[in-house]
Amino acid sequence: MTDAVFDFREVEVRDVSKHYGRRRALAHVELTGRAGEILGLLGPNGAGKSTLLSVLATLMRPSGGEVRYGGRLAQEVGDRLRGRIGVLGHDLYLYGDLTARENLEFFGRLHRVANLKVRVDQALDAARLTDRARERVSGFSRGLRQRLALERSLIHDPRLVLLDEPFTGLDDASTTALADRLRSLRDAGTLIVMATHDFDSADGLVDRAWCLQSGRARLLEAAGPGLGSLRERYRRALVEASA
Amino acid sequence: MIGVFRAAWIIARKDLVVEARSRELAYTTLFFALSCVLVFSFALVHGAESPGADRATDAAFHSQLAAGILWVSIAFSGTLALGRTFERERQSETLRALLLAPVEHAAVYLGKLVTLLVLMFGVDLVVLPVVGFLFDAPLGAAPGLLLGVIAAGTLGFAAVGTLFAAMLVRAHSRDVLLPILLYPIAIPVILAGVRGTAAIFAAEPDLGSAFLWFSMLVFFDLVFVTLALWTFGPAMGE
Amino acid sequence: MVPALLVIAAILLAGSPFVVDAAPYEASMGIVSKIFYFHVPFAAAMLTSTFVSGIASAIYLIRRKPVADFVALAAAELVTVFGVVVLVSGPLWARKAWGVWWVWDPRLTMTLVMWMIFAAYLILRRFGGPGSEVLSAVVSIFGMAVAPFVYWSVNMWRTMHPQTSVVPTLPSSMAEPLWWCMAAIFSLYAALLLVRVGIERNRAALEAAYIALED
Repeated sequence: MTDAVFDFREVEVRDVSKHYGRRRALAHVELTGRAGEILGLLGPNGAGKSTLLSVLATLMRPSGGEVRYGGRLAQEVGDRLRGRIGVLGHDLYLYGDLTARENLEFFGRLHRVANLKVRVDQALDAARLTDRARERVSGFSRGLRQRLALERSLIHDPRLVLLDEPFTGLDDASTTALADRLRSLRDAGTLIVMATHDFDSADGLVDRAWCLQSGRARLLEAAGPGLGSLRERYRRALVEASA
Repeated sequence: MIGVFRAAWIIARKDLVVEARSRELAYTTLFFALSCVLVFSFALVHGAESPGADRATDAAFHSQLAAGILWVSIAFSGTLALGRTFERERQSETLRALLLAPVEHAAVYLGKLVTLLVLMFGVDLVVLPVVGFLFDAPLGAAPGLLLGVIAAGTLGFAAVGTLFAAMLVRAHSRDVLLPILLYPIAIPVILAGVRGTAAIFAAEPDLGSAFLWFSMLVFFDLVFVTLALWTFGPAMGE
Repeated sequence: MVPALLVIAAILLAGSPFVVDAAPYEASMGIVSKIFYFHVPFAAAMLTSTFVSGIASAIYLIRRKPVADFVALAAAELVTVFGVVVLVSGPLWARKAWGVWWVWDPRLTMTLVMWMIFAAYLILRRFGGPGSEVLSAVVSIFGMAVAPFVYWSVNMWRTMHPQTSVVPTLPSSMAEPLWWCMAAIFSLYAALLLVRVGIERNRAALEAAYIALED
């Protein structure tokens, strides 16, 4: 197993399907993302957003189709591919019995982050949790945990960041802060894929978006003058899909 | 290779730190094991025999009983500990976060196994003297071999248990499925453990037999741990 | 393939009572000992099936080929079905030969354990929810790993159960009926396995059709 760092600039989802028996979670999804973009997956609950994120995270194998990272399959690259992917799941992946600092240190060690102490301090600072670093996470509110979980998913400088409903439970200030953080990540070259049903927060943030319904993905029109808000473009895409 | 052990140790250390803080799992598992010993003792032993009456057959029966009760308690409390350990990982889906680490999945298995072993060995070390006390079992007859049998048997049980408990984290009916899947496969290990322990506890300790059972346990351990390491990765990637 | 096997099995099975009847009585046990001619082949088929299931499961785990999963499932079911025959015919014989229905000797215990492992496999498939195909494959592999102990446990410790060395040393008057019954029961096993795999194939094709319908 080589320790060479692997990187990629493009992620392609080609004809990916996932089904459990007769139940279909994803149907022939096609999408592409490049470094320095924010992509949105919009749709109601049960549309397949979380499933698609799981497939992108290599946690789940698709029933059909393939995902390529820089032109290569996950199996070809091996375990080190996961070192370039950061995931903020709906359940946050934080240990309640550990402090904020310990959570970051634990995941940092697993990902072999260099200069761990410095990175953890930076992460706590970015999450504005420096003064609560030594408190157990079980005592944090949802919003605080979300901020910490985001930093946890970013601590190893991933190329691909997958976010599942990142705006849930955030107040206005935190929402703005998160949006700014995502923009600066994008400008630094990260590829961000975000699943959300919060149109207002996503509007103006995502570069491209797909509407997901019953496992099918449909690309929305790009933003432009006269074309309306994200929500309106989403509704139009839904109408077209059922036509 | 080093990466796997390193990651396993990071995971195990995290679990042990959490456990050292609350000690919830240690206390509850230990108490449960002791309750098992008492419940089975009351169920299987008939009242108080007078000290002089027929010591020979009493002793033979008691050594078998002591061994059996010891291992049943280990198995039941081990199952409980397994359930609780992975229930913690289920909250906040942290098991998925572990599987996202850039290292072979087998590291997660090893880390969890080490934690469980520390816990179960701790329980063994408390329950063994208690059983020795209640049944007047000769713990000093062959302490090295006795500890070897207990350790090897516990390892075999833990090796399969950790694998199955991790596999079942996202399955339906996982609470009841764990014993259903684990016990039949663990029976050879428990059987060998009981026979080995009983041979040592006997009025005239049969150390040759006990050593044979010990070797069998070691063999099971090798097979089970190897199989678990091979199958954990494929089983966890849906 | 299947019809041919079924015909062969039917012919052999139909002939087996006559063949068994013609065999001489075993010295100590009388007519009851003739259960041997069915008990042993069923036990052999059961043990073979654990390996079939285990190997198919290993292939499924590594390559995820659906047909491997079908074979693993079918073989697991046959372990439990043939296992019931073994665990019923054995005690029937034991009652007459040893006076008790059951003894806790290694071979009987391990056969019961094998049965339980694969019954657990089926319970997992039924109640484990999505993804239980992969999980049950692991169970099956462990079941296969435990299986050799069933066969060798008789030789490793002195037990009441007849030794495995009995079979190779049978006189031909007894060996021939045994091999006849072996052939009969193994053809039956193969036929049942193929039929069951076929059923799973059809089920999978049906589900694929449902999904294709939505496209």
